[in-house]
Amino acid sequence: MPRRRRLRKIVAPPGFKGYKPYGITHVSKEPVELLYEEYEAIKLADYDLLNHEEAANLMGISRPTFARIYESARRKIAKALVETREIKTVYGNAIMDKSWFVCNDCNSRFTIPKTMDKKQCALCASSNIELINKQ
Amino acid sequence: MKTVITASGNSVDTQFDKRFGRAAWFCVLDEDTNETLFFDNANISASNGAGTKAAEKMVELGVKKVISGDFGPKAKDLLDKFDIQMVIIQDDDLAVKDIIKKIKH
Repeated sequence: MPRRRRLRKIVAPPGFKGYKPYGITHVSKEPVELLYEEYEAIKLADYDLLNHEEAANLMGISRPTFARIYESARRKIAKALVETREIKTVYGNAIMDKSWFVCNDCNSRFTIPKTMDKKQCALCASSNIELINKQ
Repeated sequence: MKTVITASGNSVDTQFDKRFGRAAWFCVLDEDTNETLFFDNANISASNGAGTKAAEKMVELGVKKVISGDFGPKAKDLLDKFDIQMVIIQDDDLAVKDIIKKIKH
């Protein structure tokens, strides 16, 4: 039996459901499924410009595992570009970083430091808040 | 209590800046007196470590809450350590004064 998959920590889900090519002649190919952890790997390595060691630590996985996820993410994006496929984001084996809350009234996300005991939205003071953690 | 809002210019009429480490200006709002102060960001074009430097600046200014569009992992770690509350707003077209209004209801 294979070893169980460790959950990959991510800070926030991607801000989109997918990407679509435009100006193409033929349609309806199967979309490429990009996992949340793959999106996060691309973000950490190529947008936040971390090295793989630091990025792996943030996601709570080993460096080789990070490299594998990153590799797979790049291949999927390349495949989508070359074969003009849609990119769809799917949940995968990710877990949201626990410390973030979302306000259901104003949609802002925020942290609550341990020195603060009020459980309310940092912006509109609504108490209609929840943890960002889908699991 | 002091709150920082990242701004693209040095007045409350300018747009809110969605970046933290590379925001153009930091607007420091004193929630008790409603006064605002603007600081320009010295690290706006730094090749790396802008988020860390900005977070250090927040600690120096003694703010308790930072409102921006996104925080990098290093900035987040540092702000967490100093118990500074982070708020992420994802609306694009907000001016700094709109956010101040939201805090004040």
